[in-house]
Amino acid sequence: MPQHTFQLNGETVTVDVEDDVRILWVLRDVLGVTGPKYGCGINVCKACTSHLNGKAFNPCSVRVQDVGPDDEITTIEGLADTVPGDGLHPMQEAWLEHDVAQCGYCQPGQIMAAVALVRRVREEDRAITEDDLDAIRNVCRCGTYSRIRQAIRTGADLMG
Amino acid sequence: MGNSSARPPAPSGSGTGRARHLSRRSFVGYVMGGTGLVVAADLALGSAPAHALPIPSVPQVPEVYDLNDFLTHCALPTSQLIAIHVDEQGDAHFALPRMEVGQGITTSTSMLIADELDLPLDRVHVTLAPARPELLFNQLTGGSNTTISTYTPIRVAAAVARRALLEAAAIELGALVETLVVKGGTIFDSLGSSLTYGQAAALAAPPTTRQVRVSLKTAAEQKVVGTPQRRVDALDAVTGLKKYAMDLTEADVPGALPTMVCRAPDLNGTAREVRNRAAVLAMPGVTHVAVIPTGVAVRARTFGQCIDAVRALDVVWNAGSVPGRSAADIRKELRRAQLPLAVPKIGATTVEGDFVFHFRSGSALEPNCAVADVRDGGATIWGGLKSPVDAQSKVAKALGLPQRKVTVNVVQGGGSFGRKLFSDAAIEAAHASKAFGVPVKLMWHRADEPRQGRVHPMATSRVRATVLLGSVVTFEQRHTSVSTDFTHGLGERLTAEVAALPTGLANLGFSETIFLLSQELPYNFGVVTQLLNESNQDVDRFNTSSVRNIYSPDVRTANELIVDQLAARLKQDPVEFRRRHLKSRTVKRVLARAAELGEWGRPMPAGTAQGIAIHKEYKGATAVLVEIDCRPETVHRKVRDAVTGPRVTKAVVVVDCGLVVNPLGVEAQMMGGFSDGMAQALTYSNHLVDGHFLEASWDNSAYTRQWNTPFDFRCEVLESDRREPGGIGEAGVAASMAAVACAYARATGTMPTEFPINVHAPLHFEPKPFVPSVPASPVDGLDHVN
Ligand code: FES
Ligand code: FES
Repeated sequence: MPQHTFQLNGETVTVDVEDDVRILWVLRDVLGVTGPKYGCGINVCKACTSHLNGKAFNPCSVRVQDVGPDDEITTIEGLADTVPGDGLHPMQEAWLEHDVAQCGYCQPGQIMAAVALVRRVREEDRAITEDDLDAIRNVCRCGTYSRIRQAIRTGADLMG
Repeated sequence: MGNSSARPPAPSGSGTGRARHLSRRSFVGYVMGGTGLVVAADLALGSAPAHALPIPSVPQVPEVYDLNDFLTHCALPTSQLIAIHVDEQGDAHFALPRMEVGQGITTSTSMLIADELDLPLDRVHVTLAPARPELLFNQLTGGSNTTISTYTPIRVAAAVARRALLEAAAIELGALVETLVVKGGTIFDSLGSSLTYGQAAALAAPPTTRQVRVSLKTAAEQKVVGTPQRRVDALDAVTGLKKYAMDLTEADVPGALPTMVCRAPDLNGTAREVRNRAAVLAMPGVTHVAVIPTGVAVRARTFGQCIDAVRALDVVWNAGSVPGRSAADIRKELRRAQLPLAVPKIGATTVEGDFVFHFRSGSALEPNCAVADVRDGGATIWGGLKSPVDAQSKVAKALGLPQRKVTVNVVQGGGSFGRKLFSDAAIEAAHASKAFGVPVKLMWHRADEPRQGRVHPMATSRVRATVLLGSVVTFEQRHTSVSTDFTHGLGERLTAEVAALPTGLANLGFSETIFLLSQELPYNFGVVTQLLNESNQDVDRFNTSSVRNIYSPDVRTANELIVDQLAARLKQDPVEFRRRHLKSRTVKRVLARAAELGEWGRPMPAGTAQGIAIHKEYKGATAVLVEIDCRPETVHRKVRDAVTGPRVTKAVVVVDCGLVVNPLGVEAQMMGGFSDGMAQALTYSNHLVDGHFLEASWDNSAYTRQWNTPFDFRCEVLESDRREPGGIGEAGVAASMAAVACAYARATGTMPTEFPINVHAPLHFEPKPFVPSVPASPVDGLDHVN
């Protein structure tokens, strides 16, 4: 079986798995990394949102053969380690502050999408707008959308 | 543990002359004999027996006896003990015989225990109890009944624990119990000597079980209950550590490999024959293929390989349960089944409406999922199950095993909305594990969820009111629905309970009983009748469930639209008209506060409007005010691949839900209920065409998304007159849906009669193929990195 090597949450991992298995299943079923959730498998619900080299991506729609040894995948489990200190990532802190999660199922994806959004508007040197928030595609079937909007603004402030 | 057969006496506190002078009720609990401190209380404590309440023979039963009384009453005869264990660290442990699906009951239960026991919240550990057959109906999570039915017994158990710890400490410290104080789980005497709960617990266990009488803290003494508390599982949720059934790994259940089901193109179609089993078995990762009652199950190393195998299967299918039928056919059936109105239509004095509510999926974001290990004449199941005892009996039946050979473990659920009352995935997983002879982790593909999963039944509602000499003299409603499946965990017990109900209710079917017990028109409108009929008495044709709030959202929407029409006919302001006709002070209060907070009547530009609606259920009341923008530039705003349409720009929810355990949790439930209500009014439905539902994923099912979310959402939880908690999990849906509908009607000058309002708009999506039953996994994810 082919071997695939990539960086996962700061560590180099190598897995034996067929080339075309989507990264979501490599993470969840092969490596037991279950933070990224399955909600559709076709890149529409965004529950699996994680980061590839610091940007949001959806591992349900990327084959493991399409990433290489230098590609850095960050899942919700590794998010806190991308910032200095032992604590949580500021966006996770914002999520706690606003008590966003209900069932919690969508929230790893929501937080990863939020962090990527803040990074994106930073690069464009501007603040988050209502349109930016409207364009977030992550489904929350528990309907926590209003608290998500508040938490993203708080998280953006905390990210400095 | 905690499984005594002795029936504890009924709570005292009224009746005897002495007790009448006591300011608080006292209750009996138990300190269990053995090692370690385990205390128990009867789960039925604090519930008034049904016959204590007068039941009128006229309609509008919920005013005095509602669905929650019924659920609480059903729990009574099965009274059994629930137990709290205090460990050697002094932490408290409690296995809640209910299911956490996001509604926050593990948090509120922890708060009750922390308060009564004087222990910090983070030292109370609430888990979900596995199936306990002896609890029967008392282990069903539904009807927003958890806190209503467990509020007293849980506090009694905690008070017994506190008392036992203090008594043990008193002996050890050589002090009187009355002189001891507790701070954060440590007991101090007046000299400053102390004993931790952990030390006391080791001394507190008696050799044999003994009875203890305790009184509960008064509201003034409660320090945690009523304060905003963040969820106890929030940290796990934001770090990805919270585990759902599908997150159980090799380490939890060795060999439980991913398993998925290839389903028929027709709703509820079945597999006759697999033509290419060998070829599919030879695919990468695939280990097993077998026909099960609901389709063809495949097991593989990864779910991705299951998806590929499902797509490759060549199956001969039998027809489904509604071959060739479409929504229009079902609507005709409903019309035929509608019960007649009693009052004739009389010219200008009649105000009426005829409403249609379409099917909508009850899917949570976590798809149906269960782990099953069926081997050696026994079965073990893990799943997010709200009715685990029912799951146990259904799995046993499916496998031909005695019920005691089936163990059911309850895992936290990723949302439910009525769906997880059923054990569909658990039964399928059991079938698959049995067929394969190995453990499985079975998960539904998302595409199967709206197409084959549980839906809110399609319904029509006919309303006719009569106005004479400036007054509303009659108000009739005939609600006609595709049968709702209530067969989860109720079985013979429930049938017995229904039959035992007071005259007038006994000979109704279960659906009618639920309808009668939950629906209440809270207005003085003269002669009021609300009746339900179901078009088909078989629950096998459609897979329905009592999706969040059951009948209420549809019934209230029809009601409140007509109430607005009546106000217009009588030339009165809608809020003033409601206020004058409302019966209950509680409802008037929430209405007045919503109108005030939402600045009812403020001038709005053409094409935009306010709408307001009320609802009374779950021992409380809700009022919702919204502002909607129906101007073309808003309706046609562009967000990529989005269903936009009218935008609710502002929402105000005011709720009185009795005693509030956790206001932050109540607000969360209102926010979620609002998302549901708004989606059902505007965008969210399932299209039945030619024997199957067209929607197959979140790109098709237009549930509320960020681009539909109000910019301004506010919720206010009122201080209540009631000292008992009400239900909150569903209370926000009905008035939200109705308020959005009323606002839309006012903004557009039309009265909408079909819901969601976009149901007949051209489809916003190309329906996905039915064969293969699931879409291919995309490969272009790297093109969308941002
Ligand atoms: S599971 Fe990846 S986007 Fe839905
Ligand atoms: S919190 Fe349940 S789906 Fe978002």
